[in-house]
Amino acid sequence: MSETLTENRKRQPRSPLSGVKFDDSAPLLEVENLQVEFHTRDGIAKAVQGVSFTLNAGETLGILGESGCGKSVTAQAIMGILDTPPAKVTGGQVRYRGVDLLQMDEKTRRHVRANKIAMIFQDALSSLNPVFTVGWQLGELYRQHAGASRKEARAKAVELLEMVGIPAARDRVNDFPHQFSGGMRQRVMIAMALALQPDIIIADEPTTALDVTVQAQVMALLADLQREMQLGLILITHDMGVVADVTDKICVMYAGHAVEQANVYEIYERPGHPYTKALLESIPRVDQKGEELTAIKGLPPALVNPPPGCSFHPRCAFARDRCKTDEPPLYQLPGNRESACHYWEEVLNS
Amino acid sequence: MGRYVARRLIQFIPVILGTLFLLHLLSTLTIQVVGDPVRALFGENAPPAAVIDQMRADYNLDDACLEQPGNPCLGLFVDRLGQYAGGDFGINFRGRAVTEMFIERFPVTVRLTIIALVFETVVGILMGVLAGLRKDKFADNFVRFFTVALVAFPTFVFGTLAQLFIGLQLGLELRNSDWAPDWLGQMLNVGYNADYPWLSLVLPGVVLGSFSLASIARLTRTSLIENLRSDYVRTARAKGLRTRRIVGIHTLRNSLIPVVTYIGIDIGLLLGGALVTEGIFNIPGVGQLVWLAIQSNDTPVIIGVVTILTIVFLVANLLVDILYAALDPRIRYE
Amino acid sequence: MSDTMAGQSAGQTENLSTKSGANRSLWGDVRYELVRSPVFWISSILVLVILSMAFFPQLWAQTSPNTSGACPLQNARVKPSADHPFGFTNAGCDMWASLVWGTGKSVIVAILVTAGTVILGVTFGTLAGYLGGFADTIISRITDIFFGLPFILGALVFLAIFPERNIWTLTAVLTVFGWTSLTRVMRGSVISTKQKDYVDAARAAGASDLFIIRKHILANSIAPVIVLATIGLGSFIGAEATLTFLGVGYQRPTVSWGLLVSEGQNLALAGFWHLLVFPSAFIVITVLAFILLGDVLRDALDPRTR
Repeated sequence: MSETLTENRKRQPRSPLSGVKFDDSAPLLEVENLQVEFHTRDGIAKAVQGVSFTLNAGETLGILGESGCGKSVTAQAIMGILDTPPAKVTGGQVRYRGVDLLQMDEKTRRHVRANKIAMIFQDALSSLNPVFTVGWQLGELYRQHAGASRKEARAKAVELLEMVGIPAARDRVNDFPHQFSGGMRQRVMIAMALALQPDIIIADEPTTALDVTVQAQVMALLADLQREMQLGLILITHDMGVVADVTDKICVMYAGHAVEQANVYEIYERPGHPYTKALLESIPRVDQKGEELTAIKGLPPALVNPPPGCSFHPRCAFARDRCKTDEPPLYQLPGNRESACHYWEEVLNS
Repeated sequence: MGRYVARRLIQFIPVILGTLFLLHLLSTLTIQVVGDPVRALFGENAPPAAVIDQMRADYNLDDACLEQPGNPCLGLFVDRLGQYAGGDFGINFRGRAVTEMFIERFPVTVRLTIIALVFETVVGILMGVLAGLRKDKFADNFVRFFTVALVAFPTFVFGTLAQLFIGLQLGLELRNSDWAPDWLGQMLNVGYNADYPWLSLVLPGVVLGSFSLASIARLTRTSLIENLRSDYVRTARAKGLRTRRIVGIHTLRNSLIPVVTYIGIDIGLLLGGALVTEGIFNIPGVGQLVWLAIQSNDTPVIIGVVTILTIVFLVANLLVDILYAALDPRIRYE
Repeated sequence: MSDTMAGQSAGQTENLSTKSGANRSLWGDVRYELVRSPVFWISSILVLVILSMAFFPQLWAQTSPNTSGACPLQNARVKPSADHPFGFTNAGCDMWASLVWGTGKSVIVAILVTAGTVILGVTFGTLAGYLGGFADTIISRITDIFFGLPFILGALVFLAIFPERNIWTLTAVLTVFGWTSLTRVMRGSVISTKQKDYVDAARAAGASDLFIIRKHILANSIAPVIVLATIGLGSFIGAEATLTFLGVGYQRPTVSWGLLVSEGQNLALAGFWHLLVFPSAFIVITVLAFILLGDVLRDALDPRTR
């Protein structure tokens, strides 16, 4: 496969992807049994342990969980931008249109990034290079991937900035990241992700660093663009409010495991895993004013030498003896949903 | 950018006045305490009082305030500033103007400093990048050990040893051999040779730059490692850029910012070190002027040359600051 | 605001889990790092040897080169032999004895200058950093002005004016030109400590400024000063030797490293290599020992810089 690729590169130096046979009838993105480990001073931390999900065009998947649960690691593993070492993808598949990205050589995979799958990061200020203008950083994508000239790249950059609603784009294209407000900077990040018209956008906590009012604007922009371009969107967040508004289905992660997956309405209506249930109960709600908030007791387990059995059992209200020894498999629940809890029926009906 | 340059120029005035005043104040106080250097020059077999008084007048040492300990001699300072502005930095004990001698010798020192700067920045940055990219591997450990060892060699120790082992022993071998090209033998020589105005300054330049080479290598390494971990590198990778481009353009540009700041400070180190190097390798530059003045107790020359060098240093520093702003937009728009 | 309780508790966990349960204090951590480092052991043994040479030279070489009859002229420049592996100096003294008895000259100046710069640097740095405002402006501008004067050049001018140069003049001049970098580091360190919550808490609890400075500020901002002072010891030894080499430091007939190198420079070119190599080796090893020790301390105190 790599031989045909190099031949292809000679003829069309800018597009090694043309040698890859993507299957347009296959789902947009399928992640299957993804495993990621970190080699740390204290030992091997299993950051992602068997995460699977499918994303179709025009669909929004929310990945929900506390910080440190492995949701950002999952995203970076899909992008192939984990720091290796210390991180290492030890198993599983990440299939884009039927082709496993993990088996791809780095030269080809580099072109999948930004061209097919793009990513938006949480802190736009530190995620943009401080010493280059925003226009230069946007234009770089066209110059490196499409062989555009400086002038063309600049014109494209202005177009992009206009598309994400930055006023006076023609002037602002020469500004540096630190000269933008937080919301405008995040718009720049969105523009950068959309530049090469990818099919998938992974947004890692895109609004966490912003003021609440700006959060709503940025989320709305992202949702609009996604609808317009029929993108597959993966939205990573710890904020249940954000996922509820824009996502179609939700994958809840805890300590490296995908513990529950379901349609967004079902999960809010009747959570099928004790952790999801606890998360929902810890959201402050106006209609429960005066009542005490329920925090989840205890702390998530260390990822190095996690406890045996279900990783949530020390904090779980439904835990029995079995949970301390038997790691729960992913149970198929009625209505095409999954839960990694031995007592999912009990949770659903509680 | 224009506004930044203007602001830096305005800030420059008090700094240069302050530094010159410090130089003036400390030398005045010292003279007040230990007596003037003219008398010290002659020691016990002093010439008649009239001669001494004449010399004192020539060297601006006849001001009454120089005999009142604690008096900052502001009047004298203002007079001196006036003289400096007119390009007058005093005369030596034989009556030659310091400015004249300085201008005559300055080009050699500039050549020496340029060689040192080019050597230390090019090699230093290369070593730093190599170490930073191969963190904790052999190359990194080697660079770390090498730079610590290099810093432990004061310029005069490194200079005298290099003169003995490279300039004399290795150099002689090369100059006497049939196979080595002439330029190589001339490059590794014991002293300055006017026939090879650049080549014969290479070894002294390397000696002069070696101390800062270590600092630049370490600075580049630390800064590169820190920048490689930063969020914008992750973004660059998500943009599907080549590793070479991520390191060579995105990271290096950011990593060099502290290096540029260091070069500003370093020019002061180089000017001080030039004195040692020029003395050892017998280079007819400004540093040798001071070196010879120390040996003949010609204090006015020392004060005059150091004053000019201080001004040179401050101006060079100003230029580096402006370059710094060109590299880092966050400073420019502050 | 949108943070759930779960999100908050997760933030705390991350801090805990990185410490892997071990409950070591900062200084406990530092000691753990140091004891395991071979560089720490090598450099501290070297430093101890150097200090003992400085203060008890008779332990290492019985006769001082300054005693009468210790330096017969017929021994002048005699090359190393089995009895005298370091050979003899230009004055006919045993090189080893001269180097050992010269250690004190360099080390004592370096210790005095380091003590002086630490006292000045900590005092002014703390004042500037803690008080801020006008005091900070004045102290910062003064340090800026000192930075305008290159170290060696500045020191040279004043030593040249002094008719006589000894331990005290060298100490005074090096301290005057050396205090500013420590002041800057201390100021920065104090400013960052001052912004910590525990300082606000102490102030809210009604603690006096002096108490806060003593209990919180000094204890928590002294680490970079310790590192810089250790490295400073090495670099002041180098600076003193440089000034002596230039002819504005120790004067003959004092026995000092800088003078020996200066003497050895020309004679080495004439074939007496040992006159240059041995004094150079002493200077380099001494400076190296202090710099290595400082480096190890820095790594232990702030693992991020590694």
